[in-house]
Amino acid sequence: MDKFFAFFSFTDPNVRLVTFGTMFLGLSTAAVGSFAFLRKRSLIGDAIAHAILPGIALSFLFFQSKNPFLLMGGALVSGWLAMVSIEYISNKSKLKPDTAIGLVLSVFFGVGILLLTHIQHTGIGNQAGLDQFLFGKAAAIVKQDLYAYGIIAFLLLAVILLLFKEFKLLSFNPDFAQASGLPVQSLRFVLSTITVLAIALGIQSVGVVLMAALIITPSAAARAWTERLSVMMLLAGGIGAFSGLVGSYISFTAPNMPTGPWIVMCLSCIALASLFFSPRRGVLAKLLQQRKNRIKIVSENLLKALYHLQEQSDFQNRHFTEGDILEQRSFSQGDFHTALKKLKKEFWIMPITEKNRFQLSEKGVEEARRVVRLHRIWEMYLTERMRLKADHIHPNAETIEHIITPEIEEQLLEELGYPKKDPHESPIPYKA
Amino acid sequence: MSLESLYIVLTAGFIAVSCGLVGAFLILRKMAMLGDAISHAVLPGIALAFLISGSRDNLIMLLGAALVGVLTTVLIELLHKKARLQEDASIGVTFTWLFAIGVILISAYTDNVDLDQECVLYGEIAYVPLDLWQLANGTNLGPRPLYVSAGLLLLIVLFVWRGYKGLTISTFNPDYATALGISTALWHFGFMGLVSVTTVVSFESVGAILVVALMVAPPATAYLLTGKLKKMLWLTVLFAFATAGGGYFLAVWLDGSIAGAMATAAGLYFALAFAYTRLQASSRNKPLKATAASPTHGA
Amino acid sequence: MSTEKPALEVHNLTASYQRKPVLWEIDFALPAGKLVGIVGPNGSGKTTLLKNIMGLMQPDGGYVNLFGKKLDEVRQRVSYVPQRESVDWDFPASVLDVVQMGRYRRSNLFKRLSAEDKHVAAEALEKVGMLPYAKRQISQLSGGQQQRVFIARSLAQQADLYLMDEPFVGVDASTEESILTLLSEMKQEGKTVVIVHHDLQTAYDYFDWIVLLNTRLVAAGSKEEVFRSDLLQEAYGGRLTVLSKIGDLISRKDFPIREGEFKEKEGLGDG
Repeated sequence: MDKFFAFFSFTDPNVRLVTFGTMFLGLSTAAVGSFAFLRKRSLIGDAIAHAILPGIALSFLFFQSKNPFLLMGGALVSGWLAMVSIEYISNKSKLKPDTAIGLVLSVFFGVGILLLTHIQHTGIGNQAGLDQFLFGKAAAIVKQDLYAYGIIAFLLLAVILLLFKEFKLLSFNPDFAQASGLPVQSLRFVLSTITVLAIALGIQSVGVVLMAALIITPSAAARAWTERLSVMMLLAGGIGAFSGLVGSYISFTAPNMPTGPWIVMCLSCIALASLFFSPRRGVLAKLLQQRKNRIKIVSENLLKALYHLQEQSDFQNRHFTEGDILEQRSFSQGDFHTALKKLKKEFWIMPITEKNRFQLSEKGVEEARRVVRLHRIWEMYLTERMRLKADHIHPNAETIEHIITPEIEEQLLEELGYPKKDPHESPIPYKA
Repeated sequence: MSLESLYIVLTAGFIAVSCGLVGAFLILRKMAMLGDAISHAVLPGIALAFLISGSRDNLIMLLGAALVGVLTTVLIELLHKKARLQEDASIGVTFTWLFAIGVILISAYTDNVDLDQECVLYGEIAYVPLDLWQLANGTNLGPRPLYVSAGLLLLIVLFVWRGYKGLTISTFNPDYATALGISTALWHFGFMGLVSVTTVVSFESVGAILVVALMVAPPATAYLLTGKLKKMLWLTVLFAFATAGGGYFLAVWLDGSIAGAMATAAGLYFALAFAYTRLQASSRNKPLKATAASPTHGA
Repeated sequence: MSTEKPALEVHNLTASYQRKPVLWEIDFALPAGKLVGIVGPNGSGKTTLLKNIMGLMQPDGGYVNLFGKKLDEVRQRVSYVPQRESVDWDFPASVLDVVQMGRYRRSNLFKRLSAEDKHVAAEALEKVGMLPYAKRQISQLSGGQQQRVFIARSLAQQADLYLMDEPFVGVDASTEESILTLLSEMKQEGKTVVIVHHDLQTAYDYFDWIVLLNTRLVAAGSKEEVFRSDLLQEAYGGRLTVLSKIGDLISRKDFPIREGEFKEKEGLGDG
């Protein structure tokens, strides 16, 4: 707990610097990454991240310096080379994009590892810290470097703000962008360049191996909550920044932990939770909707069963037992109770004081007539418009009756000319 | 060449051939990135098995890791189909998450476990000659990883040889295979299991990411050079051995990681083959332009 | 042959892609020994119908019988020709390799092909005039040649019912001619051939029997019966708006298209 306060009071200027630096890096990378995500190029981003390693190593070998601008220069060159190679290989040979990506990713990374181990074994210059590019170690970034990275991140965000509309069009509708006279080639070049730069920045905090997460995961999480690109980018940036905060906190408390994996853990948890809980596209929302459907279906079926019972007695008999209902139509135990509960809640049935008897209320009768009406007019539609034989229509109508909205009902009735009877000669019950 | 070098090159060669043969079908199935995902995702499985059993290779660990690999493909499918996340993002989210868990586990128990981040990244093939298999009576049978990689190679050759028809048809035209009554799902998961086993066994020698280089580069090189599957598989074997040999000498020369050097060598062979096919294509195009309507390709 | 059960019966088949219904209550039967065209506008569900018949998709409701039996019992008698674009022709295989796949069975998957299998495959190649190309890489074939290879592979199955998805798309005139000749030969031998075809103009000349489709079944019968202007108008004159609205609702609300109890069996029809 002491460490918690030591960290979050931000009294240590070093902690302050590193934390806000990491957050800012996470924010800008995630924001730029959302374009890669939308263009379905996130795995290319993964390849570029791996491919940056030999660039960094070569730059160090050549200049014998860890100057951030020099390292970024090397990163930019090899990242670009990787991207161009992927496109060239998949355009100019029978190899498919996934093969080209996997190939470039692993071979460039292999070259990087070879160079890195070469540097370590030969002990050239002050090489300590180069291996932090593998898994990231935010706390190890020194002040001057952080300023340099901050400036680059700031420039990236500025470019995005400036060209937001153009990039948006390029991502969603490249053909239209071309047709409307935008300089698509140059825009693509700018977008690719800032993507490579953003990736090179991101590896400062998460490292090359897990960089894909910083491109993809914030966007995947944000996408679950919104349809709007601007909102999605802001959200993704926020998620990236928050994860950066968590990562540097853990790095602060447990110095032998690499920062990257923890940032990724945090990102992944947010993404998985978003995919599960989001009200629009989430798995949970879907399950709830399916449950709602199920309740609607079984309760309407129960209403129908009650209506049929009434119909069979020429509407003389109005009280029925559970046994009567189950004889009319079979329900599973669970379904039956769900349906009864729902009908009682809506006051569609009234329990009669004699035990286990039910009566449809006025409202219930109206509702039951609606469902039976929908069933029967849909059967009319199936025979009249879809040329189905009368003995083939029932199973379909059994489902569709539950989904027809009042608006569609109106349209159906109009198209069919308010028929009196269904194809089985049963009367269609209209609104009283 | 010393005996130690021979051990290393042989082990590397067996692993490279195993990865290459599996990889050939991986790239034909357009699943190279799924292979990449599996190679990352087995890490938490390996780390957990290490923590629990404390030993490296036993059959349970192998099967467990293979299961993790297959589960990874299921998880990716779930994210894609149920959570409606686009496919490339499903792959990316899944493997980075699982890999992060693996690295965290390793970092947390780094004192208890003979496995570190470097091993994860580029393996320990240089230590092959040190890991000897000794019987109870002290007889020295040579390096243990050599046997393990030979066993892996045997398994894969058997699978590819016996399953050749099933693998081919379910790769080329899965719909047609299903129409013939062949279960493509079974072949898919069987194959994914094989990819996982290959990854787990190779992991120790060459690390998570360079496994992918061995799976993709040699078969991709072979695929550029031929249009026949059997020839492609033989060429893959050739390039895989060349990768092991070339990589070893490159590593010795530069004093760097053997696994990294193998990936570099594999990339070099690919670049050469690619340049060769491009040159061939352009020299074939020139005379064609001169005699515009050459009737050689009639129906 | 005419005494036999219908070659193909489709019963109240309802199918969807990602929960969006693309086929509604399709119900028809086809006699054996006919050339049948499945015709309809783009997106009318022709390919989906074929995929459901071949068990490549699970229908939401309804079922299919082939020669009065389930597909699994008569697989040997049914052959499928997928769309040419559905495979990657860069796959490293020769023409002969592909045609021999027609002899693959669940039972011989782990064995070598017999001499007879190889003979049958060569014969099939001969029939489509592709034997001289047997050793050629499939990537070097023209569109028409690729199509003929697919048909040869199907012939090698020696089936009684053939289901072909758009075999005339992207083929040259001479291939079209030779496929038609082949089809009439197959008819002579009493085979049934069902072809998904998008071109209304040629359908009348090519087929004896037509299934007219537009997400719902508009008509199925002899071509004289089906080629009526009102029916064609119905099939090509756009979708039923109510039907598309309900389809949208079903996919948006994740609604089941069939309640569980009606999945396989016919209902009791009390309504």
